[in-house]
Amino acid sequence: MIRAAPGLVVALMALPVAAGLAGAFLPAFGFFPALGGDRFSLEPWRALLVWPGLGAAVRLSLVTGIGATLLSLAATLLIVAAWQGTRSFRVVTSLLAPLLSLPHAAAAFGLAFLIAPSGWVARALSPWATGWERPPDLLIVNDPAGLALIAGLVMKEVPFLLLMTLAALGQADSARRMAVARSLGYGRVTGWAKTVLPSIYRQIRLPVFAVLAYSMSVVDVALILGPTRPPTLAVQVLDWMTSPDLSLRFLASAGAVLQLLLVLGALGAWVLAERLVAARGRLWAASGGRGQALDLPLRALSTLPMGLIAAGVGLGLVGLGLWSVSGLWRFPDLLPQSYGLRVWSDQSAQLWRLTATTATLAGLSALIALILTVAYLQAGASHSVGIIYLPLLVPQIAFLPGLSALGLWAGLDGSLGAVLAVHLVFVLPYVALSLADPWRAWDARAGLAAATLGAGPWRVLTRVRLPMLLRALCIAFAVGFATSVAQYLPTLLIGAGRVSTLTTEAVALAASGNRRLIGVWAIMQMALPMLVFIMALAVPAWIARHRQGVKVA
Amino acid sequence: MSLQLDKLRILRKDHAMVALDLTVAPGEVLTIMGPSGCGKSTLLAALVGALPAAFSMTGRVLLEGREVTHLPPHKRQMGLLFQDDILFPHLSVAGNLGFGLPRNIPNRAARIAEALRAAGLEGMGPRDPATLSGGQRARVALMRTLLSAPRALLLDEPFSKLDTGLRDQIRAFTFQQAQDLPTILVTHDMDDARAAKGAILSVTGELLS
Repeated sequence: MIRAAPGLVVALMALPVAAGLAGAFLPAFGFFPALGGDRFSLEPWRALLVWPGLGAAVRLSLVTGIGATLLSLAATLLIVAAWQGTRSFRVVTSLLAPLLSLPHAAAAFGLAFLIAPSGWVARALSPWATGWERPPDLLIVNDPAGLALIAGLVMKEVPFLLLMTLAALGQADSARRMAVARSLGYGRVTGWAKTVLPSIYRQIRLPVFAVLAYSMSVVDVALILGPTRPPTLAVQVLDWMTSPDLSLRFLASAGAVLQLLLVLGALGAWVLAERLVAARGRLWAASGGRGQALDLPLRALSTLPMGLIAAGVGLGLVGLGLWSVSGLWRFPDLLPQSYGLRVWSDQSAQLWRLTATTATLAGLSALIALILTVAYLQAGASHSVGIIYLPLLVPQIAFLPGLSALGLWAGLDGSLGAVLAVHLVFVLPYVALSLADPWRAWDARAGLAAATLGAGPWRVLTRVRLPMLLRALCIAFAVGFATSVAQYLPTLLIGAGRVSTLTTEAVALAASGNRRLIGVWAIMQMALPMLVFIMALAVPAWIARHRQGVKVA
Repeated sequence: MSLQLDKLRILRKDHAMVALDLTVAPGEVLTIMGPSGCGKSTLLAALVGALPAAFSMTGRVLLEGREVTHLPPHKRQMGLLFQDDILFPHLSVAGNLGFGLPRNIPNRAARIAEALRAAGLEGMGPRDPATLSGGQRARVALMRTLLSAPRALLLDEPFSKLDTGLRDQIRAFTFQQAQDLPTILVTHDMDDARAAKGAILSVTGELLS
């Protein structure tokens, strides 16, 4: 089992992606016998080119994706450069991990409720500053430029990149590099950018690429916050894909392939830009500028993204909760006039049913991913295992439609097992990303000590290594659980409408505009992974409560 | 009981770092001395069967006349003590000792209690190892190794991180407890080497005193 694990993991990650891409490429060139396409042609591409929304949809994907990635990366690096090593930095970072468990959709709903014309921001300013007695007729959420979408993405990606940067900091000898730079008279931010950033960036490159690919092709956040006429390319592809008019499948496939090409092109451009920035940066680093005067303004600037994200997430979630129990809530009142649990009790049967499905899918996929990850790490991970990050770089919308067509053909779509398998494709990379560093940081002498005491490899693994890594294992499980809960597109497409989760249900409500209903479902979607995360922190701490040497900090 | 290194050579890129051909008798302590990086610790890694991939090895290792050169670490019955105690942080003191004790041994609790008494740690079984002093931890690590019934004992500078006063005490305790075993001590500390009262060699087999 352990020896076969790396091969199994590679197959599990690469095959669905490859099969799904084949399932997109063939119909994109007219081949889909079940729908009458038995000859290759360029007809789907011609149809795509004459679609009037194409230019805007492509531009939206590029602008929102690259914009969100640049902003997220800049905010992350600025925050770390300005605050690394200070006490407030440690406090802030300890609050980050639970944020990671927050599903994108719930965060997006929270933001939408906050900034909508009838949201808390408008209420707080009305009528004294704005003169609005009624919610204004403004397109703030779903704005045609995609600004709300960018904001929603940045809000979730900054915590993710911050966590990845923090993990990298420990390995980059950053404290000593900073001490050297500071003693040479460098300002905090400039010193960090010149000495620590180059090695940090190398380590967070893969997460940055994942953020770029994700932001360019995201569907659920775009359905909630993104423009509608036209929507982003990914949303339009989903629209065509799920249309009752099956002939649109060819057009959808061409769109999916275009989406893939866009992401690959953007990744390529990003890599080129990296080289330019690196070459320029080397000259800058050697130029000797200390940048001491920059610290104060940059520190002040860095509080802006921190404050906005904290407010966006915090107030957004409170707003969701409040809407879910609100009765009458007139504009511009800051609080509802009455409260009630009517929506909760109306929905309770359905809530419990979907919570059970969601928890089953998430628990099983996280557990299987954890076992596979441990097995392949134990086998001594080789380079080929880098391929498990493939599903993070290939846009979901590019290969899931093809995969669902294959599932349909094989009669597997719509089953819980098929949804579980496709969740695993996305859960496993995050579990691996989360567990790999603590796994390697483990003191191998403990294993050798155990072996010289007569313990075989299995006993060393189960009695020494896994118990010593209990906290990391629990966190990796929680990360996997949260990843599965947040999956929208895989559940929708592979579940074929027969498998619903909290997330598909919540996102489906986006267009309804029923805030109380959305509030209930988004709160459940958020609470489930959050609960698991809290348990993942509490259970190992409780087990090791009499063992100071076990790291639970 | 004896530990024999038969024309043992450890090579790094065709360069022989370690070359030893000798036998250590039961109760004898052989000391290998040299500066850091000379290959002392690599020698011990090779003897327990955990030679890093960058090295290769020729020759044989025999324990009581039985060749163990190709056995995995957990089947060699060679006890190893590190510079650090490497007590398992998730187990209690008694749990650590029990980990060392082979599974088929009866009266486990009594054996563990006896080992604790011998180490002057009576009643400390349920304690968290992190709450013990450095000297206490070193003694637990030694007792854990001895409970695993090794046929030879390898010491990788196990006293170097202890305070001077404690050091003599732990050293004496270790050599007294290990009196029936062939023992190899690697160190760069002359006091350790003298206290071992055996031959002192370099990694290439030259007699140093």
